[in-house]
Amino acid sequence: MLPAPPDLICRDITKHFDAFRAVDHVNFEVPQGSFFSILGPSGCGKTTLLRMIAGFQEPTSGDLLIKGKSVIGVPPNRRPVSMVFQHLALFPTMNIGDNVGFGLRQRGVARAEIRRRVDDVLDRVGLPGVSARRVDQLSGGQKQRVAIARCMVLEPDVLLLDEPLGALDQKLREHMKVELKSLQAAFNTTFVYITHDQSEALVMSDNVAVMNKGQFEQIGPPQEVYHRPATAFVAGFVGDANTFEAKVTAVNGSMLTLATQTGAQMNVSAPQSGFDTGQRVDVFLRPEAIELVASDMAAQNGDNISPGTVTSVLFNGANSALTVRDTATGAMINVALPQTGAFAGIGTGDTVYTRWDPTKARCYAAPGVK
Amino acid sequence: MSSDASRLGFYLLLAPILLWLVVLIILPHVGLFVVSISEKIGPREYEIGMGNYAAFFQEPLFWRTFARTAIMSILATALTLILGFPIAYYIAKLTQGRTKTTLFLMCMIPFWVSELVRTFGWMILLRETGVISNGLQALGLVSGPVEFLYNDAAIMVGLVYTSILFMVVPLVTTLDSLDNSLIEAGYDLGGSSTAVMREIVIPHAMPGIVSGCIVVFMLSLGNYLTPILLGGKDSLWFTGMIYTQFITRFNWELGSAFGFLLLILSSLVVFLGLKLSGQSLSETMGRS
Ligand SMILES: Nc1ncnc2c1ncn2[C@@H]1O[C@H](COP(=O)(O)OP(=O)(O)O)[C@@H](O)[C@H]1O
Ligand SMILES: [Mg+2]
Repeated sequence: MLPAPPDLICRDITKHFDAFRAVDHVNFEVPQGSFFSILGPSGCGKTTLLRMIAGFQEPTSGDLLIKGKSVIGVPPNRRPVSMVFQHLALFPTMNIGDNVGFGLRQRGVARAEIRRRVDDVLDRVGLPGVSARRVDQLSGGQKQRVAIARCMVLEPDVLLLDEPLGALDQKLREHMKVELKSLQAAFNTTFVYITHDQSEALVMSDNVAVMNKGQFEQIGPPQEVYHRPATAFVAGFVGDANTFEAKVTAVNGSMLTLATQTGAQMNVSAPQSGFDTGQRVDVFLRPEAIELVASDMAAQNGDNISPGTVTSVLFNGANSALTVRDTATGAMINVALPQTGAFAGIGTGDTVYTRWDPTKARCYAAPGVK
Repeated sequence: MSSDASRLGFYLLLAPILLWLVVLIILPHVGLFVVSISEKIGPREYEIGMGNYAAFFQEPLFWRTFARTAIMSILATALTLILGFPIAYYIAKLTQGRTKTTLFLMCMIPFWVSELVRTFGWMILLRETGVISNGLQALGLVSGPVEFLYNDAAIMVGLVYTSILFMVVPLVTTLDSLDNSLIEAGYDLGGSSTAVMREIVIPHAMPGIVSGCIVVFMLSLGNYLTPILLGGKDSLWFTGMIYTQFITRFNWELGSAFGFLLLILSSLVVFLGLKLSGQSLSETMGRS
């Protein structure tokens, strides 16, 4: 027997608005029951892509398959997908029960059966007994769950979510991230989730696609996107990074020696190779890849060691960081400050050594000039 | 001290609206009522009684005209709603930016000229030697001139035309405030166009529908010019009858009774309309 086809396949989807190309040859597949995120800055075409999957916009070219069947030309009310809108779009003129039962009523399900299934799905999202309430009597997080219940009661093949956490406050957003992920697992439905918030995408997804200017730059599991970004855009957009512009001064196998514009020397391992001496490159280095070394005794050997002065301490619990000015070049770099106690007493003006492994930095050819 | 001053301010602000209410609305109606219950028993001799109201119910011409006016006004309101809703929906939901403003302005253009001129415009179109009659003859669809004026259909056309703006404006306002994503959510959840219209758009537009209907009904009921000009001498419109009593017959007592009955009728119909649509007056007027 053939394995089941992926729930959603997009082949070469392109969407033009007049001369402007909002979605540009996008390809991806989402297997059944997985959580797929599309991550990108606002205006990159995420909503347009999602609306094409939901059927509110027709692609200019390309094909869309849901459960193996092309849905091009199928109107939104006959596609086996449901969408959770950016502002949820709960019907304010109906109570919660009628909101959730709306789709079932359209299908002509019997009244008693609708009530049973509405109560059941509200139970599953953790909101038993709210059927009779009005929409404005619920909190933000509860509305969120009602919006999901309203879609899930129809048992769609794919659930589309358009930045549904955007309107919530920070604390609730953190909570809903975990909750959404567990709801997805409980319903075992395929989720396609779009967001501009990298932490949402990284926490919840089985696979993340990073989108920029209408194109997918990389698709992969969160760890891969974070640790092995395929392009300079992905490296800069996902997670924090120190960036340097530099020129290749020597190539030794996969090891490059670079000189930054400010004159610093650095060694970077670039297994993807293909760099030539004299080529301009962009280097991305995560703050947590940089190690702090207190005395120059410890800094005897190793690559990329340089002394610097702490210019500020940004205390933020587990995400605390230091800004260090490199003594030799004056370059500012962000360094993660682990709250393990080792550098508890560090303050502005202290001298520290920074050290990082050549394999931890990512190196990309600079755009434009070679 | 300060509370006294703020209280004074409150009454000063309230004064104009109180004045307006008392002088322009309550006093005339009280006067109307007082006159309507005076019976003339001789020259300059009056006594209080319900004789004028009795006269209304005894004369079939009076109460039939009254009922006819009410039914025609309700019909005109319904027609205006049926015609106005798609126009308003189109303007509010299917157009944007400049097109929207232009269409909205186009709805208002007829109201830049007086009602009299507008009605004469319709007469030019509809009369025996008018544009439509001539056009039909030229096309060979009819053999002789056709009179479109002086019938109930002509009155209806005039009434709908005169009041459609007052239906479209509140409808556009309420439909504008309907978030497009609600309509899309309706389709997304499997709703057909009719289901989305019935369950999402119309419930949202209800306050606009009701306030538009109230205004159009009042305008039609109280319209004098359109029924007389388009319906002719025998248009049998109740306001025409009130006019006759006051001006032609000098029977102010009966005229006042008619006026008062019209007031009761309009209040009753509006009340019933609100009850049937499940809206409250404050909600309706507050939202549009
Ligand atoms: N209906 C439309 N007509 C013209 N341009 C549009 C339309 N919808 C979106 N766009 C443009 O397409 C781009 C992508 O928009 P969108 O998909 O909403 O981005 P995102 O959801 O990633 O923020 C934007 O530059 C936007 O201006
Ligand atoms: Mg968007």
